Amino acid sequence: MELVKKMLAGSQQPLARLITMVEREAPEVPEIMRQVYPHTGKAYCIGVTGPPGAGKSTLVDKLTSGFRKKGLSVGIIAVDPTSPFSGGAVLGDRIRMQQHYLDSGVFIRSMATRGSHGGLPKTAKAVVKLLDAFGKDIIIVETVGVGQTELDIMEAADTTVVVLVPEAGDAIQTMKAGLMEIAHIMVVNKADREGADYLVCELEAMVRMGPKRSDWLIPVLATQAAFDVGIDALMQEIEHHRVYLKTSGELEQRRCEQRKSEFIEIVEQRIKERLLNLVENDGRMSASVLRVKSGDIDPYSAAQEILENRELLREWLGKM
Amino acid sequence: MVKRESIRVLIAKPGLDGHDRGAKVLTLGLRDEGMEVIYTGLRQTPDMIVQAAIQEDVDVIGLSCLSGAHNYLFPAVVDLLKAKGAKHIVVVGGGIIPQEDVLLLKSKGVEALFGPGAPIRQIADCIRAAVAGKSGV
Ligand SMILES: Nc1nc2c(ncn2[C@@H]2O[C@H](COP(=O)(O)OP(=O)(O)O)[C@@H](O)[C@H]2O)c(=O)[nH]1
Ligand SMILES: [Mg+2]
Repeated sequence: MELVKKMLAGSQQPLARLITMVEREAPEVPEIMRQVYPHTGKAYCIGVTGPPGAGKSTLVDKLTSGFRKKGLSVGIIAVDPTSPFSGGAVLGDRIRMQQHYLDSGVFIRSMATRGSHGGLPKTAKAVVKLLDAFGKDIIIVETVGVGQTELDIMEAADTTVVVLVPEAGDAIQTMKAGLMEIAHIMVVNKADREGADYLVCELEAMVRMGPKRSDWLIPVLATQAAFDVGIDALMQEIEHHRVYLKTSGELEQRRCEQRKSEFIEIVEQRIKERLLNLVENDGRMSASVLRVKSGDIDPYSAAQEILENRELLREWLGKM
Repeated sequence: MVKRESIRVLIAKPGLDGHDRGAKVLTLGLRDEGMEVIYTGLRQTPDMIVQAAIQEDVDVIGLSCLSGAHNYLFPAVVDLLKAKGAKHIVVVGGGIIPQEDVLLLKSKGVEALFGPGAPIRQIADCIRAAVAGKSGV
């Protein structure tokens, strides 16, 4: 594919267009990803999540400067929520990253959550793959996270950084929201404000008391992203975690799991897509839909009828 | 089943004036019209705007300018897009723009210009028509 070749050769415009195609689930996507895949696996992916306004974008901006100083190239995926009412979105993370606009070593892409329920659009993992193949050393994914929906980001990222602020309530709230479970590193940003030290202490105690899921002890850091304070320490902890993942064998294990779940997701999605297409266009299905709509039959019984109709199922499978 | 895709718009404020109220109102309004709006903030150079537009693969750039430098800044963006092979991106402008400048800017490739009182619906419809026109639908 011409577009993929140009992207692999380092051109930004084809990369941007490929991301759009992935985002819009264009029919060419399986072929695109097939060609891109052999060029992936080199980038290190960092997830940054936390409540709106916590300073995630500001932190990503500063981390990007840090990685650039080390000579590493950076890809950024910045996610903001789609409005459930209009389907539109305001994507405002770029405002904090202006210093990198003209740096050819930084590629920033804003994404809306679109149909996904979590904080991560379901196409984001494929976009990470594109940036990886493009040759970015570091990929940072920013998502708005207020709870368990953020499991997605943990699956996609090697290191997940959870960003909180002193105003966000106490550590119990954080634990209830499930942010503790997904964090590899916890950051209390806006440490220039009152209550930061207290929250750090509370979180540290929580980490010590909490159930141990691995040999990695979650560090709790105080930062002031807007004033460039604490960024070096955060960079160091990310590096520690990377080394830990590598030496413990967890990185390879995670990559294996990622490949497996990716495969299963693809199969699941494609079967579902094709089957739904057939089912929606089948006359017998439409007849059942009419009966359900009018209330002649309840949806459970109608579904049972379809599933018990072996012949019909076999016919659909044959057409798939 | 063909899903209608959200139009992607980049809103930028070139020039040195520090008022972005209008740009923010427009950003929210276009979101409510179902568009994905990337807001890039104040004091952007044409270079920064075009670079961002390319990475974001937007359909439209909306420029807002109250400093009076629109006669230089708007065409600079159009020309840069052309130079980078991205002339498919529609450029619209907003601000207090005298009628003679409107004609000049349109002749230089700016698709449409809107005064401060223009209703969002009208701007959105104009954007939708321009995007449909450029993609040949
Ligand atoms: N006081 C203070 N404000 C900060 C700090 N870091 C970021 N901010 C401000 O918090 C606001 C939200 O930041 P942003 O990065 O957009 O947050 P996000 O929504 O989590 O991405 C901005 O006005 C930042 O300037 C900090 O360390 N201290
Ligand atoms: Mg943000």
